[in-house]
Order: sequence, then structure tokens, then C-alpha cells
Amino acid sequence: MSTAGTSTLQPKTNRIGLTVLDYRGGKTTLCAGCGHNAISERIIDAMFEMGIPPERVIKPSGIGCSSKSPAYFMRRSHSFNAVHGRMPSVTTGAVLANHKLMALGVSGDGDTASIGIGQFVHLMRRNLPVIYIIEDNGVYGLTKGQFSATADLGSKLKTGVINELPPIDTCAMAIELGATFVGRSFSGDKKQLHSMLKAAIAHRGTVMLDVVSPCVTFNDHEGSTKSYKYMKDHEEPLQDISFIPAFEEINVEYDSGTTVQVTMHDGSRLQLHKIEEDYDPTDRIRAITRLHEAREENVVLTGVFYVNPKAPTFIDVLNLTDEPLTTLPESMVRPGRDVLARAMAELQ
Amino acid sequence: MATTDVALPEASRQRERKRVVNNLSIQVATVNGSGSQSSNTVLLRSIFQMGVPVSGKNLFPSNIAGLPTWYTIRANKDGYIARKKEIDFLVAMNAETAQEDVMALSAGAAVLFDEPLNLGGLRPDLTFYSVPFDKLVAAVCPEAKLRKLVKNMVYVGVVAKLLEIDPAEVENAIRKQFASKAKAANLNLAAAKAGYDYAAASLTKQDPYCIQRMDKTKGKIIIDGNSAAALGSMFAGVTVVTWYPITPSSSLVESLIDYMKQYRITPDGKATFAIVQAEDELAAIGMVLGAGWAGARAMTATAGPGISLMAEFAGLSYYAEVPGVIWNIQRVGPSTGLPTRTSQGDLLSTAFLSHGDTKHILLIPSSVGECFTMAQDAFNLAEHFQTLVFMMSDLDLGMNNWMSDPFEYPTTPIERGKILSKEDLERMGGFERYKDVDGDGIGYRTLPGTDHPAAAYFARGSGHNEKSQYSERPDDYERNLERINKKFETARSFVPRPEVISTAKTEIGIIAYGTSHWGIVEARDQLRNEYGIETDYLRIRAYPFTREVHAFIEQHERIYVVEQNRDAQMLSLLKLDIKPELTSRLRSIAHVHGLPLDARSVTDELTSMEGR
Repeated sequence: MSTAGTSTLQPKTNRIGLTVLDYRGGKTTLCAGCGHNAISERIIDAMFEMGIPPERVIKPSGIGCSSKSPAYFMRRSHSFNAVHGRMPSVTTGAVLANHKLMALGVSGDGDTASIGIGQFVHLMRRNLPVIYIIEDNGVYGLTKGQFSATADLGSKLKTGVINELPPIDTCAMAIELGATFVGRSFSGDKKQLHSMLKAAIAHRGTVMLDVVSPCVTFNDHEGSTKSYKYMKDHEEPLQDISFIPAFEEINVEYDSGTTVQVTMHDGSRLQLHKIEEDYDPTDRIRAITRLHEAREENVVLTGVFYVNPKAPTFIDVLNLTDEPLTTLPESMVRPGRDVLARAMAELQ
Repeated sequence: MATTDVALPEASRQRERKRVVNNLSIQVATVNGSGSQSSNTVLLRSIFQMGVPVSGKNLFPSNIAGLPTWYTIRANKDGYIARKKEIDFLVAMNAETAQEDVMALSAGAAVLFDEPLNLGGLRPDLTFYSVPFDKLVAAVCPEAKLRKLVKNMVYVGVVAKLLEIDPAEVENAIRKQFASKAKAANLNLAAAKAGYDYAAASLTKQDPYCIQRMDKTKGKIIIDGNSAAALGSMFAGVTVVTWYPITPSSSLVESLIDYMKQYRITPDGKATFAIVQAEDELAAIGMVLGAGWAGARAMTATAGPGISLMAEFAGLSYYAEVPGVIWNIQRVGPSTGLPTRTSQGDLLSTAFLSHGDTKHILLIPSSVGECFTMAQDAFNLAEHFQTLVFMMSDLDLGMNNWMSDPFEYPTTPIERGKILSKEDLERMGGFERYKDVDGDGIGYRTLPGTDHPAAAYFARGSGHNEKSQYSERPDDYERNLERINKKFETARSFVPRPEVISTAKTEIGIIAYGTSHWGIVEARDQLRNEYGIETDYLRIRAYPFTREVHAFIEQHERIYVVEQNRDAQMLSLLKLDIKPELTSRLRSIAHVHGLPLDARSVTDELTSMEGR
């Protein structure tokens, strides 16, 4: 593949021979500076670096600015822009139909935490193999800036309206309900989000990433708790995250006193270099407690809060054939004449 | 222990001599949760095994235990299986309704009652049989807590003796009913025998009704519509099934789960299906759309309130052109009151379900046989037209037992519609998802996972052009909408055609559909035999309407559209489709009481409207 001499002119290719251009999408129509665009870029990079065939990926989404964004990355992947708050059910159906697909579902905070909260919680319970990304800006952007249910108590709209209700912590909920890879990041934290997305791709089970993604038009002002400035001042990473994919056969030494290493389902390694002492990301109860503490401390905790690479997925629970249901031949989905004859005899 | 509590009137003696053979309706009034379902099924099967055409209808409350329930069995030598208005033989086991039930009977009917109810003196024009059920059941069932359940099997024995049903057939039916539970079978057999022996020793037959052997049920099966729908869906190759429990559709999926676990597991123990109990109907249909988009044969089953919740997704499916099958087991409207009663009240709301311009393909089965065959039609049509197909069954069809010829194995292969493979794309270089290449309005689609760089498209409900790119251009939107309509027009020649009985000798036509059919079969005979009125008949089996429907309306001066809803919904749908000058030919006979349609009501109303 790579011949010496021309390599400087060739664009860099990944392990399946694609360039990063093969992972790009249409031109974004979101506002300049929108956090969602940065997330799209990180998805492109992570998928490229992980060498995921774009044809294997599906990008279901709900409704809202966030849910438009699948149009702006990975044009070689099928997309389904569904209805408001219902990305989880569409994703569930698609993954059951073909569990060889890699589902990357995109939703927003309004889409997830209000109209779609019912589908969100039930998706988390099932541990379906899916990457669920909330592009979280605390407001409804596409309808011009009303509060969403992740807006913090006391945060202020541009119009001066103060939010008087407590926020829903989607990460705490996801951990509580059974998601097996849960983290929070910030669209402006390029390195952290990049590593988390790569680990998410390697995970088998439900990944729930809440990515704070400032809305430059409606929620990036003084008094907002989802602005670039607020995040710069209040983000508190739990760990420095590195990710070593299974296909990179390198050994990275680590100090078990300062680093937790999690071996993912596919053999990849997620290394979490502790910033906080004693944080164990496989301890669900501690994870939830820590999220509550962060709220009390008035900081935005980011990082991988919880990971369990071994839990059975919904595909395991349903005991599905290895061959996707979509491509099972007629002989496997239509029983024979003997079966009908037996069923009829029982009814006589 | 007197056989009856009142002296037998002379009229009753006279009737006893004129025997009524294989033509009666039996109503069993019990309390729900008392195990009467098993007893009633055994009674039904016993008559069926005597070779007599039979139908059973369960009228039950929205409740688990303690409220009145009625089960009606009709045995009819001529094969009429619609609900019969008049009850000939009442089994009164429920104190709460007994008096009212007795007062509602026509003169000459017989009443078998639980002794403490003391009904004997209520009316002189009925025949009464008193049976000390508690005493009889105590003798055969030592376990006191089981007596409530076993008591009902005692009346099966009594009725069998009084109606001259062969006790061997009762035994066969009990063995079948409790096939996997020998202990329960023996206990119930003893109970039935106790009833039979008591009747033989202590009751004198005074009513005219009896069952005699015929050969009209040979080779036939008994099945409920929901089980038939489940079987049909399994043989249609369904792979993803989602549901949210709602009466009267739950038993469809529960039956499907049983069948799939039995017949759709691979030799190495893997499931060739995914069945998911969803969190609500919104999720149930969302999963169907996701699965249909990804290429699975997907379905869900629900009833009116669930259909309402599915409205938004139904619109998305219509515009994004995603296949799926939705079973609507229709029932009376909202969730409190009569959710356990039958209706054909969702026709209009389902036909146009959702926002914007939408109209959906509906298939309307009348029989358990059609639940089986149309399930296969529905999946083929859904994939052919890349749209939702609604199966408009109802509670009467879905939850009641019906006699049928055995179902025949599918004769046509599974049709997946226009799906492009990797090889197709290599040959073509690319494709436009929403382009009408063949002139039938149906575009070509690819499935996610197709390994070709040009395979992907962006599915969305909002405005898009032929290449499935986002578009707000008015001409793109209009062209797309017209193309989707063209699919619907194309569907007219693909959906199941109506059943037409046309003599061309009468100006009067009847149009009906679904379970109303069975009342019409009988009503047409009544009209001919009692009034000399000949009628032609068309049974609609699908929407959009095929050309036969239009021809039938053009050929008849007066057309009675018979249906089980208040607002003449089918008539309204027809009006939208036919020439305006023909609309005045349509007349409505609409029934909306929650009970299955009976022939007499149709005959009475039609003759009255005909001025007879």
C-alpha cells in the first residue's frame, strides 16, 4: 500500500485504506462557533483513526440543532433524522434488525431530557450496543433559545429569564439505569473528547456521552452555565484519558497507583490517569455519588464516570443469530410445510 | 330436590315435542376470574366435535376478577356464525346479573341456574332447570380453593346432558383443553361427569333444543383471529416485533411469542427474531421504523389509543418511506368504559393517521383465514410500496374463537421490494433514493450496512429532493408529494380485491367489511327468505379501493354500507373516492353498541329503509 518516496504527497490513510476525507459530511448549516460542529469534527477523527468502515455506521438522530448534525459528518453512512425525542426507538429497531451496524445516535438536551426522556431511560436499561451522544447546550436552539431540562438552577437566558428548576443529570441517570459506558465531556476539550469517542467506539454496550456544547447564539452569555467561558472556568476533569486501540500492538507502561486501565471488549485499552485519587470508574455507586458531589461543589465534572465492558448487551439477552435478521434467508424466517401442518393439527 | 321450581306451562310442553336441532344460542353468565373461559371453550369444542358449525363470543369486562362476563355460543346447522340477538339457552351462574339476564330472554327460552339464585318463579314463559352446583362440586373437588374454578365445568356436564351432546366429546374436549395438565384434566372430567349424572338423574328435559351429529366441521380448525394473525406473521417472515400491552391486541403478540419460540429457533438455539416489549406505543412504532429502515420485516400490534400515540411516527414513515406492518385490533374508543368491546371505529383515523397529507394502505380481514393470508400480503405490500400497512382487525375477530378451514401454506415467496445490493450499485455507480425510475412512484432503496461508498442516503421526513438531500424548495416538495401519491394509486391494483356477489338482478347493493361480513351473510338470506328482497354484496378487503368497488357502486341504485361505528366511516371514505353524482346512492347502516353485529338488526333496518 504505502510506497516510499510518494508518501509525502499521499493523504494519510487509516488501517482500512481510507483518508479522513472519506469520513467527512456535508457543509454545516449550524452557526459559526457552534459546539456541535466541534463534536462532528471529533467524531470524524475518531472514526477515521479507529478505521471504522463508514458503511457500517448508522447515524440516527432526533429533532433539533444537534439532530441536524449527522448531515455534517460521515456522508458514506446511512442517516435517519427521526422525530423529536425518538432517536432511541429508531436506533433500537435498526440495531435489532442488523446488530453488525455501529449505531452512533445524536440527540440534544431538549430531545433527550424532555420530550424523549421516556425513550432515553429505557434505552439505557437495555444496554443496547449504541453510542448515544447528547450535544448539550441547555437550550432549545432551533426554536430560539428556551430553557431545556439540563439547564442549571439559576442560569440565565439572554432575555434575563432565570431558570428556577433543577437540572436533570443525564449521566447520573444513565449510570443508575444500566448504561455501561458513561462520561461527560466538553466540545472545547479536543483531546479528552477525542479519546472518549475512540473508547466509545471500542465499547460493546450502551455508551452515553453528555457533551456540553455551547450555543453561541442563545446561551453563551454572562449568566449562562453552558457557555464557553463558564466551562473554561468550571470544568474539572476526573482523569487524563488515553486510549490504545486493539490493532495498535504497542505496550504503554503505566503506574497502577496513578492510572486505572480498563480492557475493552475488543482488547483495546482505556487508560485513565487519575487526577482525583481513589476514583474507580467501575464502581457505579461511587460514580453516582461523585456526580452529586460535583453539583454541590458547583463544578462541571468531566471524564469517564463509569465503565463496565463485560455486561451482557440486549443482543445477548435476545440471543439473536450471528447473521443479522435483515439478511436471514427465507428458509430461516419462514418455517416449512411440516410446521404449518403441525400447528393446524393442534387446532383441529 | 325438585327438577324445576314451577309447574310446566302447557305451551312449554308443546314446544318440547317440536325439537329444535342444531340451531340455538347458549349464553353463559358468570363472574370474571372464575375460570369460566375453560368451561366455555370445552362446551364450544364439544359441539364442534359433534360436527355442528359453531361460534363463540366472549363479552367480558375491563377487569381481572369479580365483574359480570357473558359467553355466547351459537350452534347453527346452516353455518351462520354471526352473533344471534336472541338467547335460547341461558346458563345463569352470576347472582349480580341473573335476574336481568332472565328478564331479557324471549319466551320459550331455557334457563339453567345455580340453585341459590332461585330464579324459577321469575317468568312463566321460560323453562327453568335448577342445579345445586356447590353441592356437586364439593363432592368431586376436595380442595376447597379450587372449587370456584371447577364449579363451571359442572354446568358443561349438565348442558351436555340436556342438549344431548355425546359425553365422549366432552371428555375429548377436556383432554384437549388440559392437554399438559393431567391432574387438572381429571378433576375437570369428574366435575363434568357430576353435572352430567345429576342432569340424568334429577332433571327432566323440557326445552326443545338439542345437538345432533352432523359432518360440517370435519377437517376444520378452531382458532382466534389474533393467533391466526400471529401464525400469518410468522410465515410472512417477520423478524422484529415490538409491542406495548393493550387489549385486545396483547394476545396477538403473546401468541406470536409462543409460536416463534417453538418454530423460529435455529438448530444451535439462536433466535431468528427479536421481540421487544417497548415502553409505550411511541417506542413500539419507532422501533418498527428503525427496523424497517434497516431492512427487517417489522411489526407491532395495538388498538385505538395506541394508534393515536403512533400518529407522529406514522407520518414520518409515510414521508421517509419506511415499511412496517401495524395491527390495529379495533375496540371501542377510550381506555375506560368499553375497551373490551368490539368496534370498527378506527377506520378514518387510521386511514389518514398523522400530520400533513397522509393516507395509508389498510387491509381488512373478515376471517381468521384472512388474518393468516393478509399478514403475508401486508408484509409484501409494505416492502413493495415502502410504507406502513395497517391490518384492521377488531376485538370480535381477534379475541373470539372462529371455525375455519385449515390454513394453506404460502404459495408466493417473500417479496422484499426494490432494494439495491452492493453489486447493483457497482453496476449503476450510484442511485437516487426518491426518484421515480419505473413510473410507479416507488423509488429504490439501500439498506444500512450495504458495503458501497454510494449506498448511504439520508432518511428524513422533512423536505427532500430525489437525491434525499435536504430541500425547502416548493417544487421539490410538491413533486415528492405527488410521487408518494402515485404509489398509493399504484397500490389500488396490488391490494386484496373485494369479494363480490353480483347477480345484476337487483338495484340493491350491500357493502360491508371486516367482521360485519358474518351478519351480512345471514341478513341477505333473511331478506330473501322473509321479504323476497334480493341483494348484491361487496365486501371491501382493502383501502385504497380497487376498481371493483367503483363498478359495484355504479351498478346499483341503492347501496347500504353496513359498519360498526357511529359516523359511517367507510361510507365517508367511499364518498371521497367515487364520482360526486354517485354519493347519494350510499346509505348508512351503522351499529355502535360494542357487541358484534347481528343479522336481524341489519335486516330490520334495511327493510325499514326500503319502506317494507
